[in-house]
Amino acid sequence: MNFITNLIGGLSLGGIYAMIALGYTMVYGIAKMLNFAHGDIIMVGGYTILVFTARSVHPIIAIILSVIFCVALGISVEKVAYKPLRGSSPLAVLITAIGVSYLLQSLAQMIFGSGTKMVQGLDLGSFSIGSLKIGVSTVVTLIACFMVMIALNLFVKYTRIGRAMVAVSEDKGAAQLMGINVNFIIMITFAIGSALAALAGTFYLMRSPSMYSTFGSLPGIKAFAAAVIGGIGSIPGAMLGGILLGVVEVFAGASVLGPYTDAIEFAILIVILLVKPTGFLGKKRREKV
Amino acid sequence: MALLEVKNLEVYYGVIQAIKGISFEVNKGEIVTLIGANGAGKTTTMQSIIGLIHARSGEITYNGQLISGMPAHKIVHLGMTQVPEGRRIFSELTVYENLMMGAYTKKDKEKIKENLDEIYALFPRLEERKNQVAGTLSGGEQQMLAMGRAMMSNPDLLMLDEPSMGLSPLLVDQVFDIIKHFHEKGTTILLVEQNANKSLAISDRAYVLENGRIVLSGTGAELLASEEIKKAYLGG
Repeated sequence: MNFITNLIGGLSLGGIYAMIALGYTMVYGIAKMLNFAHGDIIMVGGYTILVFTARSVHPIIAIILSVIFCVALGISVEKVAYKPLRGSSPLAVLITAIGVSYLLQSLAQMIFGSGTKMVQGLDLGSFSIGSLKIGVSTVVTLIACFMVMIALNLFVKYTRIGRAMVAVSEDKGAAQLMGINVNFIIMITFAIGSALAALAGTFYLMRSPSMYSTFGSLPGIKAFAAAVIGGIGSIPGAMLGGILLGVVEVFAGASVLGPYTDAIEFAILIVILLVKPTGFLGKKRREKV
Repeated sequence: MALLEVKNLEVYYGVIQAIKGISFEVNKGEIVTLIGANGAGKTTTMQSIIGLIHARSGEITYNGQLISGMPAHKIVHLGMTQVPEGRRIFSELTVYENLMMGAYTKKDKEKIKENLDEIYALFPRLEERKNQVAGTLSGGEQQMLAMGRAMMSNPDLLMLDEPSMGLSPLLVDQVFDIIKHFHEKGTTILLVEQNANKSLAISDRAYVLENGRIVLSGTGAELLASEEIKKAYLGG
């Protein structure tokens, strides 16, 4: 019975990681950069929910506002910090992303203080099937994550903008020759990634409702590991990697290895990188000259 | 009136000057060829026209409209497109999806369908393999796909950058036949080629590029007969 509870919990946590990992992987695939400020978008989303629920705004509305705010933030960060660096060395962009990450964390500390704050109104209770006790939020997370992933796949496969995203990720120059506005596609990618981060932040808060300025760091770095395990740049890879890490985390946490959960997750990353450096579904790309 | 006019174009890569002030024009309905050796600046010229790289100075006008400095995706919307050097098809997309990417600027579904049928009629191989991932096509098929993809946007001006590169003689002939076919349909053609013989034979006019300068120009027939050209490009 414990097995089923853990499996549902693991898939649900994995869904959260997968949603964050999608943000990393899509931005990498399309803008060819590692957005290390992505985890902090989750944190900003969490604080947005905190601000509104503390003013007795209905949680659903707070979640919608948090998504809107994160999308606006993601687009602004891209415009202000990353776009001017387009075409410069990847290292410059990487350092800038780390800078944005610290900037957002410091701003959060200045505004909300360094203490932990509790978010109210996201506890949905739990239900029992026989001797099985399952949190409602776990099931909601699981269903929502899978719906989002299916929607994203359909979007990429069947819409004009989705197809343009694939084209840009493969060959920016050739995509421009098709009449695709690459800057617009990159903006859309940041918007989608940030919306997913805001949703992931919400679901993460449902598991543990405490907010602090480095709230997004651990899920962010784990999701990054998940994206690399699945093959960075690959959308199905991010989903696979995220779910794998989530399931491993919950099962390891429930076993005697509990205290070493994080170590086990990152050990998986190291092993995968040793055995298959491109990740499960990653492709070896020829660098064009 | 000139459909495309290039005036005093100068392009730099860092401190190295690749194009040293060239001027030429392409009139509506013509086939114009730029020939030249490796490193002469042919591809650089083509990429500057379409907006993939930006010139330091000079003017490019298309249909009387100044396009130098415009981003590539906007220039493509004006009705010109390019089959780039090395084909650059989307290897992870299927043949059909590649062709549909070519119609990205088009909204009219019926017109797109019509274009698609036309491309399939011209390249039956592409129809046979429409659901195949483009990366698995042979080199010749990829060149056909790149040309078909470009024609999906129904351009007034089609630019082709070394379309015969790396193809067998039989396929080279086929590529030139298709260029002639597009031309007969009313498309103006700007061609960049190393195969001077074949390209001059189908050209109305041609320019010879050397180290970023135009050193010779004339009608296709004139250049084919020229001693200099024979020595440099036609092997005696």
